[in-house]
Amino acid sequence: MKEKLNVSASPHSRSRETTAVIMRDVMIALTPAALFGVYQFGLRALVILALSVTSCVLAEYIYKRLMKLPGGGYECSAMVTGLLLGMNLPAGVPYWIPVLGGVFAIVIVKMLFGGLGQNFMNPALAARCFLLLSAGKTMASFAIEKVEAGNAAQLILSGAAGLDGLSSATPLMLIREGGSVSLFDMFFGFTGGTIGETSAFLLLLGAAYLLVRRVISLRIPAAYLLSFIVFMGLFGGHGFDAEYLAMQLCGGGLMLGAFFMATDYVTSPITKNGKLVFGVFLGILTGIFRVYSGSTEGVSYAIITGNILVPLIEKVTFPKSFGKGGKANV
Amino acid sequence: MGKATFRGGIHMYDGKELSKDKPTTVLLPKGELVFPMSQHIGAPAKPIVTVGDRVLAGQRIGEAQGFVSAHVISSVSGTVKAIEQRPTVSGAMCESIVIENDGAYKTVEGFGVKRDYTKLSKEEIRQYVKEAGIVGMGGAGFPTHIKLTPKKDDAIDYVIVNGAECEPYLTSDYRMMLEESKKIVGGLKIMLRLFEKAQGIILIEDNKPEAIKKLSELVKNEERITVKSAKTKYPQGAERQIINVATGRKINSSMLPADAGCVVNNVDTVISVYMAVAESTPLIRRIITVTGDAIADPQNFSVRTGTNYTELVEAAGGFKTPPEKVISGGPMMGLALFRLDLPVTKTSSALLAMAKDEAAALPTSPCIRCGRCVSVCPSRLVPQRMMEYAEHFDNAGFLGLDGMECYECGTCTYVCPAGRRLTQAFKQTRRSILDERRKK
Repeated sequence: MKEKLNVSASPHSRSRETTAVIMRDVMIALTPAALFGVYQFGLRALVILALSVTSCVLAEYIYKRLMKLPGGGYECSAMVTGLLLGMNLPAGVPYWIPVLGGVFAIVIVKMLFGGLGQNFMNPALAARCFLLLSAGKTMASFAIEKVEAGNAAQLILSGAAGLDGLSSATPLMLIREGGSVSLFDMFFGFTGGTIGETSAFLLLLGAAYLLVRRVISLRIPAAYLLSFIVFMGLFGGHGFDAEYLAMQLCGGGLMLGAFFMATDYVTSPITKNGKLVFGVFLGILTGIFRVYSGSTEGVSYAIITGNILVPLIEKVTFPKSFGKGGKANV
Repeated sequence: MGKATFRGGIHMYDGKELSKDKPTTVLLPKGELVFPMSQHIGAPAKPIVTVGDRVLAGQRIGEAQGFVSAHVISSVSGTVKAIEQRPTVSGAMCESIVIENDGAYKTVEGFGVKRDYTKLSKEEIRQYVKEAGIVGMGGAGFPTHIKLTPKKDDAIDYVIVNGAECEPYLTSDYRMMLEESKKIVGGLKIMLRLFEKAQGIILIEDNKPEAIKKLSELVKNEERITVKSAKTKYPQGAERQIINVATGRKINSSMLPADAGCVVNNVDTVISVYMAVAESTPLIRRIITVTGDAIADPQNFSVRTGTNYTELVEAAGGFKTPPEKVISGGPMMGLALFRLDLPVTKTSSALLAMAKDEAAALPTSPCIRCGRCVSVCPSRLVPQRMMEYAEHFDNAGFLGLDGMECYECGTCTYVCPAGRRLTQAFKQTRRSILDERRKK
């Protein structure tokens, strides 16, 4: 044996689960709901998703080139951001919306704060809220019109103008106005809304995949959904009416938010108990927004508000080390 | 009954199938044997032979120095060739006695004489353990006679035999549980004689059903001994975890097992205690797993201490591919070797040769705060946050997060998807904090 041996400190063995694998899993989990959005809202939805993903990836690449940072498009996290952003947009928005949102998400929210792992807010949601605040009317273009194959090209070329008058209300708006929506439609997603949020069923399917792959744990989503149910039961005005609560659960961005965005590693607490506190906080805040605010939606604002509180939550839920304090310390 | 287990930890690929069904074969040394004077925690022993002396197998050649120390015993008969500085697995040089093996294996008088341990006094038992130079063979090398001498014998409620063998690839303890199970029970009974009020627990992970079956069968009529199976998970065999799994009690870094009424000993240590007390045989052999994907014929050997590692590799058919990394011990806590011509010591447990050093090749990327390190840490620390301090050499901040409770098991580093070298940074920080304390 002539060659020299490698010497390094232990451990000498590593899990094969890398950041890239995790990001790939998230993309896989989001795909069914995103594809359903394309089916539901037509080819235009696909263009919005593509624009959103492309602008996020390009924004990161260009920023890194300009700032002479190493690596390009780290571990496809920019792709996940782009996909989430696209899924949070209505299909009827003009094309500059996903592009602006993508650049804002990556450059302002992520890269300026130090890049991957350093952003204090979920980039996709921060971008969505930024768009909601600065282009509110445009962001309410909830189109629910299928595009005929023949008209697709024309529709894509014509942009938002082609969809004027086709926008329709989301189920949560209808419920608030006293209208009725089929729970079946809401669960499977045959309703209005943003591209990726309508099908609770497919989102749950994706979430199940992430849970099985252990990419996410149930702590945040379960705490979030349960506290939301309790809050809506107490203050929603309909008591613990199962149908009303089920509609509230399936409606809006709750499923997408609870399983895919509240669980974002970077912007949620790292401590186990912190995850529970964070989830409960989001549930209550979402309830408050949905019941008392002018909008019927509240998930995005609830999550980014929760993001800001993460350092504080971590501080108060910091675990006691093994054998020190706590119970059963003989 | 739910499976006994602890919080945190992970079950990783364990590679035990390479060698677990290979019965232990006795390997006799060929060349010279090297006996470092420091094979234990505490003061190094002092050579009591001189160059040219003739020694016998079982003869004391190094005298324990100070309270925490252990004798060093020659494992062969032959002539003292040199007393000089020799490299050890840690990479440091250590004063060592080099003995030329005469191949006769002549033993000292009284070697191997059977004794009825039920008639021995506590003092005699402790004396025999001390004379045999027994140390913790799980890896730490803490002198066993001190472990068996707590302040009050009555305060010990449990004597735990650590048969977890949670470290991947290692199968030597497993083989011993199958092949020398009677000696394990015998060794435990000897220790229970020291602690009248204690219960004996043999703890084994549930990936070793044959061992559980065999030992359960042996102790079914023993009132004071139970075999407990635990969910297979690393680092179950760590002292703090095994006490928790076996008894539900918890100790931290500033406590000894005796503070929680426990005495914990590795399987091989218990066998050594039995051999020392009941068979007048000092600690001169070690069971070693020679394994890894670069080894032609992975297997378990019973070897004399002082044997050269190169002889082990040879006996296992040599390397089938040139190894990138060779480790003394397991992949999680073992030491990477820079050369192979090193001696087997009392604490050697395995020689693992890896064809590819994947851990070193893994690129490091930014932390994504996934929290895997937090959920697997058996000490319930927050490695992610500790790393921030460790990277900035902020020892005070590191201490503020209870960083000294880390015992470097490596689990956080194993699971980190960003490939960050957490344990490595913690080791460095912990050493520097210990150095600071020593200076004061």
